[in-house]
Amino acid sequence: MGKLDSKVPSGPLADKWTKHKNEIDLVNPANKRNIDIIVVGTGLAGGSAAATLAELGYNVKTFCYQDSPRRAHSIAAQGGVNAAKNYQGDGDSVYRLFYDTIKGGDYRSREANVHRLAEVSTNIIDQCVAQGVPFAREYGGLLDNRSFGGVLVSRTFYAKGQTGQQLLLGAYSAMNRQIQRGKIKSYTRHEMLDLVLVDGKARGIIARDLVSGEIERHSAHAVVLATGGYGNLFFLSTYCMGANVMAAWRAHRKGAYFANPCFTQIHPTCIPVSGDHQSKLTLMSESLRNDGRIWVPAKIEDAEAIRAGKLKPTEIAEEDRDYYLERRYPAFGNLVPRDVASRAAKERCDAGYGVNKTGEAVYLDFDAAIMRYGREKALTSGMKNPDDATVRKLGEEIVEAKYGNLFQMYEKIVDENPYKTPMKIYPAVHYTMGGLWVDYNLQTTIPGCYAAGEANFSDHGANRLGASALMQGLADGYFVLPYTIGDYLSDDIRTGPISTETTEFDEAEKAVRERIEKLMSGSGIHSVDYYHKKLGKIMWNKCGMSRNEKELKEAMKEIAELRKDFWENVKIPGTAYSKNQELEKAGRVADFLELGELFAMDALERNESCGGHFREEYQTEEGEALRDDENFKFVSAWEYTGEPSKSKLHKEDLKYENIKVKTRSYK
Amino acid sequence: MKLYLKIWRQKNADSKGSMVDYTLDGVESDMSFLEMLDILNEELISKGEEPVEFDHDCREGICGTCSLMINGQPHGPDSRITVCQLHMRSFNDGDEIVIEPWRATAFPIIKDLIVDRSAFDRIQQAGGYISVNTSGRPVDANAIPIEKEMADKSFNAATCIGCGACVAACKNASAMLFTSAKVSQFALLPQGQVEAAERVQNMVRQMDLEGFGNCTNTGACEVECPKGISLENIARMNREYLSASVKG
Ligand SMILES: Cc1cc2nc3c(=O)[nH]c(=O)nc-3n(C[C@H](O)[C@H](O)[C@H](O)COP(=O)(O)OP(=O)(O)OC[C@H]3O[C@@H](n4cnc5c(N)ncnc54)[C@H](O)[C@@H]3O)c2cc1C
Ligand code: SF4
Ligand code: FES
Repeated sequence: MGKLDSKVPSGPLADKWTKHKNEIDLVNPANKRNIDIIVVGTGLAGGSAAATLAELGYNVKTFCYQDSPRRAHSIAAQGGVNAAKNYQGDGDSVYRLFYDTIKGGDYRSREANVHRLAEVSTNIIDQCVAQGVPFAREYGGLLDNRSFGGVLVSRTFYAKGQTGQQLLLGAYSAMNRQIQRGKIKSYTRHEMLDLVLVDGKARGIIARDLVSGEIERHSAHAVVLATGGYGNLFFLSTYCMGANVMAAWRAHRKGAYFANPCFTQIHPTCIPVSGDHQSKLTLMSESLRNDGRIWVPAKIEDAEAIRAGKLKPTEIAEEDRDYYLERRYPAFGNLVPRDVASRAAKERCDAGYGVNKTGEAVYLDFDAAIMRYGREKALTSGMKNPDDATVRKLGEEIVEAKYGNLFQMYEKIVDENPYKTPMKIYPAVHYTMGGLWVDYNLQTTIPGCYAAGEANFSDHGANRLGASALMQGLADGYFVLPYTIGDYLSDDIRTGPISTETTEFDEAEKAVRERIEKLMSGSGIHSVDYYHKKLGKIMWNKCGMSRNEKELKEAMKEIAELRKDFWENVKIPGTAYSKNQELEKAGRVADFLELGELFAMDALERNESCGGHFREEYQTEEGEALRDDENFKFVSAWEYTGEPSKSKLHKEDLKYENIKVKTRSYK
Repeated sequence: MKLYLKIWRQKNADSKGSMVDYTLDGVESDMSFLEMLDILNEELISKGEEPVEFDHDCREGICGTCSLMINGQPHGPDSRITVCQLHMRSFNDGDEIVIEPWRATAFPIIKDLIVDRSAFDRIQQAGGYISVNTSGRPVDANAIPIEKEMADKSFNAATCIGCGACVAACKNASAMLFTSAKVSQFALLPQGQVEAAERVQNMVRQMDLEGFGNCTNTGACEVECPKGISLENIARMNREYLSASVKG
């Protein structure tokens, strides 16, 4: 098995985690005080891990590039977090959540990890409520739930459209408690630029203080990377502007295998691109698909008239609308998983039915929901024969209570009122299922280097279900990593503090300084954004929602050329040893320019379609993804060998012992 | 449209800053305000000048990073939004726009339009949490029903994004709205009761230590708060503080 030993415990699936926890070597509390852990990233995964590790007694240092841990991009998550609580009594269970996640991931994730995730999901809600996270409640005072795509039960807990914010502030408050106790030292406006290995083990990082520009050394007995996803590779995405792959990529270059880089989620409901000036895309939460119906005109001439501004959507009669998801997937309708919904939108727009100027938008319509809620409300308030206007008003109030902040966001960006006219939406890059390869303990192929949250590849296979990223981040951070890491650290109780005055740290720091100097000495023709935008275009056009061999090969070549150009000609004003946002961006884009090539190569090697990875050559007659379980039922884990295009592929074979592998169908 | 920008430039915390004039052409109405600044920065970089540094990250109104004073108003002219959500359709061709950082003793300037808001973190560290162990086994989440109205109010207080516009808007640079939002979130929930007295005292003490000014009830903070955090929270915190002091 070599380095790719998944370390999945033996025994029946449902007992593995309990058994493993009982067998893990523990570090006694007195010894924990002598052990230092670095946690890079303070989102849901890093924040919760840091708080729990500190509480267990370890000395923790946290790092984030924002000015406060509270601003990690987890803050932007809108719709909700899953848990198999079965409060609604609709037949949910740990097994069903496990099953839905494996199926949703198109049978490309590890059974044991996913089962553990489903098991601990219920603890997350208990934990967060105890911390004072104000989840939405019903009138009876109990917690409320909603539904997300790809499932037939209602298991998503939420706090209006700000679930991520509330969960992150919960983790931040747990961190604050430990900061106050002196158990966490928080470094903000700090960026990790490299991982330091001593005797093959992760023993520290090199970081840059983004205010002074100083390069710093930090040592620890283990390093946890919880640095989020790499979707900004595409330039335009729903990520925050600073999201990057640097920490994971630097670890990759030092020996951590990178798994399934091409598994990217393109989210079906985002606000469409409006022009070249655009710097980011905004998500409209999947929860909107509970109540919104997706459609395009059924007649091509209507679509043309709309694009020409001669027709309004509200003027199109019901029978002239094509609710294509309801038509193609009657069982799941508007709540099919994201990959399916995104491809269906692209299919309609490519066929000429798009509804905005660029032809790349479809409608998400709340009219039916507004009227339905309005009628319900009128009935329960005892109104007899209310007129349409009253019903509409009541309905709008209910929709506002559910999604008010999302509707406001939409209106501010698009300048149209979504209560009165359908929203226009289009798919956008949103999440990366791929990431650092980790074993069952969340350890990468570098001993002592762990990865948690979106930064690892572990639980979502080729497609993530909605509301499952928050679940995974918190599961990793609160309930998994703080225990599994003990198994490794139990060998370190006599090691003593790790010195930063060693040749390993000297060399790592020297390499970092040289890289910065090289960036600063570019000939100065183009800005960093110029390269980032170019890279994004290549990725979106050739490695996006649908891919083919020819274009993937072109992408690899073009990215390699762009990278060369970047290193020769990038222009970074200012100096290296002071605050310099252009330099920060440059370091991030430099790594994206390497990852992009590996991404394309991974997509090229995977001669099948599965989840978010759609290869045009591999599809059914009806245009559905065609998986090849015989040849591709594995995780691709790439080893860095000096050049992205020369990376070596290792395969972790996936075994399904508890689930029958089937063709995924939502019809 | 063509705009005349006056922007605060300051090299670092120690240097003296000043307003600098820029003219920017070709701005479109569906650009966001920050995208307009991106374009200005591209122009500056191509001329070999240092771009204007400003804080931003999510660009969708939730992380609380962006923080600009535009024509004297925190987050600009539109109400209930952050500056990253502001769009150029709120301006006209030929407008002069003055862009400055938050001004407050407790928020020292780091560079150009970027300030140091770590004082806010320290206020939260002083007591903005419920002391439950994350590694423990708490009771089932539905064991304690919470009245929807209370839960919703607590949620509303919890939506503060920690941007600091309230401080920037206040002539005394008071942080009462920010601090009271957290105190209220917990004061409204049964889970928050146990430590309520200690929490409010510790957080208020830290707030004073950081050098934020006193609250004189002008209400400017509520008007400028992008999340609509209500003055009720300040009243609630004052009550909590009073009853905590009485208890000793
Ligand atoms: C708009 C949006 C809405 C979403 N809605 C949902 C939802 O409703 N439900 C759901 O389950 N999921 C949702 N997701 C996905 C989910 O929010 C993310 O996958 C998840 O929050 C990631 O958490 P994380 O802790 O892994 O990383 P993040 O929260 O992204 O945190 C990354 C951290 O790493 C730090 N960092 C990164 N690089 C470095 C470096 N080099 N040096 C130092 N620090 C570094 C950052 O400062 C930050 O603290 C949404 C995502 C987006 C973008
Ligand atoms: S109270 Fe309002 S203005 Fe003040 S920090 Fe919170 S969100 Fe910003
Ligand atoms: S950049 Fe996040 S709120 Fe403006």
